Amino acid sequence: MSIIEITGVVKRYGSVDVLKHIDLSIASQEIVFLIGPSGSGKSTLLRCINALETVSEGDIVVDGLSVRGGKAEVRKIRLEAGMVFQQFNLFPHLTALENVMFGPLRVRGVSWRDAAEIAEALLIKVGLKERMRAYPSELSGGQQQRTAIARSLAVKPRLMLFDEPTSALDPELRFEVLQVMRQLAEEGMTMVIVTHEIRFARDVGSRLLFLDGGRIMHDGKPDQLLSDPPSERLRTFLQHVA
Amino acid sequence: MTFDWSAFFESFPGLLYGARVTLFVTLVSLPAGLLLGAMVGVILTYAPTPIASIAQVYVGLIRGTPMVVQIMFIFFGLPALMDVRLDGLTAGIVALVINSSAYLAEIVRGGLLAVPRGLQEAGLAMGLRFGQVIRYIVGPVAFRRMIPALGNQFVIGLKDSSLLIVIGVGELTRTGQEIMTDTYRAVEVWFAVAIIYLAMISLMASLLKSLEKHVRIA
Ligand SMILES: Nc1ncnc2c1ncn2[C@@H]1O[C@H](COP(=O)(O)OP(=O)(O)OP(=O)(O)O)[C@@H](O)[C@H]1O
Ligand SMILES: [Mg+2]
Repeated sequence: MSIIEITGVVKRYGSVDVLKHIDLSIASQEIVFLIGPSGSGKSTLLRCINALETVSEGDIVVDGLSVRGGKAEVRKIRLEAGMVFQQFNLFPHLTALENVMFGPLRVRGVSWRDAAEIAEALLIKVGLKERMRAYPSELSGGQQQRTAIARSLAVKPRLMLFDEPTSALDPELRFEVLQVMRQLAEEGMTMVIVTHEIRFARDVGSRLLFLDGGRIMHDGKPDQLLSDPPSERLRTFLQHVA
Repeated sequence: MTFDWSAFFESFPGLLYGARVTLFVTLVSLPAGLLLGAMVGVILTYAPTPIASIAQVYVGLIRGTPMVVQIMFIFFGLPALMDVRLDGLTAGIVALVINSSAYLAEIVRGGLLAVPRGLQEAGLAMGLRFGQVIRYIVGPVAFRRMIPALGNQFVIGLKDSSLLIVIGVGELTRTGQEIMTDTYRAVEVWFAVAIIYLAMISLMASLLKSLEKHVRIA
């Protein structure tokens, strides 16, 4: 049973097709890595999945809900699919704890006390027990990104989308974020991850997609694709990111 | 001439009475102006074009005409036009609310637009409605950043209340005018008037400064 079903998706900006007929089916508990050159459409594909971008043609069905459905249906998709951004996008006027409480309070409608409980547990889980009362501006990039992951998890999504979650971080801070993601993967969370962390993709991924020019050029096991690239295109790409 | 200190001090009781009216007018008008301005600002920023255009015309009309003309229009024009007769104080307050709302709306619009788009996306991505995103995230973040500009507009609003002199509202400037007509001590009276305005504005500025500190964010 697939949790994400993408059929014939085209995304067009003006006359430019940024995604050119994407068919893709992702099963529950898969850890899918999306790699590809800049401008190949990775972010666009990810953002189409939770309807931050509309699709021009085709359809995406997430856990039985279509991105072409009405506003209410789209909101349900967004509750199912948590998203983590390259720039963290924490709410700057709220503390780490309040950021994580926000979803349970405002979209799940739980009580303040329960929201606080959920948020504290998640912040402890991502290793931020000591920094709960800090504002985003008082946190390091790695701490901010871990808070952002906790904030997404607090809504209790069934899958998580990551758009280059470590690209804005200094190398020494990436590890702590990757650790959290690794743990999520081990717990069986379904994840779609855009990244340039090739080694992480090999370690953690169950599937690797190579996007090029708006198409899925390769789709396979990370180990196989990475150790023996089937195309010159992928080989060159890997040389550039490694 | 010599500065007549007794004329200076004797003008104070009367002037302070006028200052109370000035404060009252300001404290009623500006919060109301902010509320109206915030509504117009949100419409300017997010409403579909036809509705936003109406708001644009509203702002354009008010910013494009002198405030004295607006005050005159509301006080003398409205009764002739549609039989609405407001006393001077009410007309003055209405004029100040409307006038400040136009400038405040522009500040609000600028503030909303300056909030990074990513925050809005993060809110939507977690399943919030657009209205909730504005109310709980973009609005509060914008507000904190707008405080200096809003404060500036409030200072302008307090000073603009002196224009109500043209419809005879007994605020500070008008009171100064009356006392001077009695005593002919122009230097002393206007000096005293200036000091009282300065004191009110300094107080306002320091309140705003502490508010700014209090809600400070990155
Ligand atoms: N709002 C937009 N309007 C027009 N073109 C856009 C828009 N957003 C993205 N594009 C274009 O779509 C293409 C794919 O963009 P996308 O952000 O998905 O690439 P990406 O693979 O995520 O690249 P990167 O690795 O640089 O993040 C790019 O050529 C980009 O310029
Ligand atoms: Mg991208």
